[in-house]
Amino acid sequence: MKKQKGKLAGLQKRKAISGYLFISPFIIGFLMFMVKPLCQSFYMSFCTVELGSGIFNEIWIGLENFVEAFTIDPDYNRLLVEEFTRMMAYSLGIIVFSFFVSLILNQEFKGRAMVRAIFFLPVILSSGVIIGLETDNQLMDTLAQTIEMTTENVSITDALEEVLRTAGVGVRAFEEVFELIDNIYDVAIASGIQIIIFLSGLQTIPSSMYEAASIEGCTKWESLWKITFPMISSLFLVNWIYTVIDFCMRSDNGVIEKIQTVMLDQMNYGLASAMSWIYFIIVLAFVGLTSFFISKGVYYYD
Amino acid sequence: MTKSKTKKTAFSDFKERNQKSGGYLLKKKIMGGGVSICRALLLFGMCFLILQPILNKISVSFMTEEDLYNPVVISIPQNFTTENYKIAADILNYKEALVNSLFTSLTIAVLQIAVCTLVGYGFARFKFPFKSFWFACVILVILVPPQTISSSLHLHFRFFDVMGIIQAVKGESLNLRGSALPYYMLSAGCMGLKNGLYIYMIRQFFRNIPEDMEEAAYVDGCGTLKTFVRIMLPQAKPIITSCFLFSFVWQWTDGFYSKMFLGTKPLVSTSLARLVDSLGAYIQRVMGIKTTVSLAYSNCILSTGTLMIIVPLIILYLFAQRTFVESISSTGIKM
Repeated sequence: MKKQKGKLAGLQKRKAISGYLFISPFIIGFLMFMVKPLCQSFYMSFCTVELGSGIFNEIWIGLENFVEAFTIDPDYNRLLVEEFTRMMAYSLGIIVFSFFVSLILNQEFKGRAMVRAIFFLPVILSSGVIIGLETDNQLMDTLAQTIEMTTENVSITDALEEVLRTAGVGVRAFEEVFELIDNIYDVAIASGIQIIIFLSGLQTIPSSMYEAASIEGCTKWESLWKITFPMISSLFLVNWIYTVIDFCMRSDNGVIEKIQTVMLDQMNYGLASAMSWIYFIIVLAFVGLTSFFISKGVYYYD
Repeated sequence: MTKSKTKKTAFSDFKERNQKSGGYLLKKKIMGGGVSICRALLLFGMCFLILQPILNKISVSFMTEEDLYNPVVISIPQNFTTENYKIAADILNYKEALVNSLFTSLTIAVLQIAVCTLVGYGFARFKFPFKSFWFACVILVILVPPQTISSSLHLHFRFFDVMGIIQAVKGESLNLRGSALPYYMLSAGCMGLKNGLYIYMIRQFFRNIPEDMEEAAYVDGCGTLKTFVRIMLPQAKPIITSCFLFSFVWQWTDGFYSKMFLGTKPLVSTSLARLVDSLGAYIQRVMGIKTTVSLAYSNCILSTGTLMIIVPLIILYLFAQRTFVESISSTGIKM
């Protein structure tokens, strides 16, 4: 009995060792390329960095970089606020859109494979440098203007917007929605991964649940709210976090661009670190806070 | 004759069944038809929304400069030309950049996925002390924007040293900037582009595979590594393929890491980002006179360049589309 127990501990130990061996690349990489730079950049945000030949000096100047970022730099505050409001509106839009699309794509219809392929195309098209180039393409804007002029303002969305504006209730909220709808392309192109995640969740819901519900007299609308929604509520959390992070790290993000110019063009490493730490902490706080509230509403089936 | 007869009987049969169900059947049929028509319209609209920019780019890329200013010409060029492709290829240094990008993306994707699979498997299957701590670190890696640490990584590789060993041997620290080595080191340590996400996805996939097969292999005397290679890897093919595709594609279009570590090599992503700036210099060189390039024309060249860079990806996507889409959506990611 005692011998057996000892053997088990040996097996567990062996398993633990091989587990560590398996994740050792991550541990080494994490310690070398994440912890050290993270600490260093945190330290650097309190310093001015002077580059010399073969060495670099860090001179402690306290909170000066942070003060400069907030009070002296002309763009930083404005960019932070702008990007933050944009991020909130867009993230909400992306979540709603991708949930809606994945509901449709989960149904059976002809040509589903093709439609799915088209909807996942943005995963390729919206990555890296391409998305940044896409947004400031004036040629497309002029083309769109020409088309708009030739059709002489018969636009359903314009008419609808006009009606809603004259209604006069919640105009500011409507303005955000209008902006989202006008930029529906941006929303569609940013929601490839989210659609995939929602779809994968929808496919794990057993169809027997829906059958049972419909036999009991549940309508489709009710089963959407009573079955689908709770069953994939955990994926809302995943998607929300992913969307916010993805939006904040996109290369056409104003704050990121600002940090890049400060670092690479002005060679001001200290200020760049301070800026990115402020940004990182704000984003992290936002993600933490919102996911705390979302996770309260998440329902776990098992 | 018989055909119409069967049709008629089918119709009367339907009528009869409809009457029996008290009009429910007809109502349901009409509802179903209405829903599918609405769905088709909606999906057509959204697919068009996604495809339209690509179609637009294709048509613009074949236009001459005068077509761009002609308000009548919208999608079909009046003067068909392939000149834009030649110019874009020249500026992008297309062949060299393509070969470079292909090599870099391929090697980096292979390296990243190999390492991430190992780590993901380690997290999914083994129990060891501080496991949840290390997994929290993976989540941290997903959350930290690379921009936050970019400045200090920059310096880290500018004055590279491993615990003072190199300093002791060579007298000074290594300058690794300008070579691709740092990026390979980052990839080998799971700190490349979105590597935390791959680890997370692969871990989820391994967790869903039943443990029986592994246990059988252990009982039969298979070692840990052998079990992993022989038993688990073949089962994880779908997730590895899709992660590989993600990695390849994101590396292909990535501007951030490429600009930081691989800046000296002509890559498609970095040269595309510089395309508009280099266009002026190029035209000046060819024409011999200093001119300002019009906005429309530079955008036209930009569209052409973007198209040329997306094309390899689209070809890849067409081939791998089924594995990509189906495997991802059958992974069943759970939190």
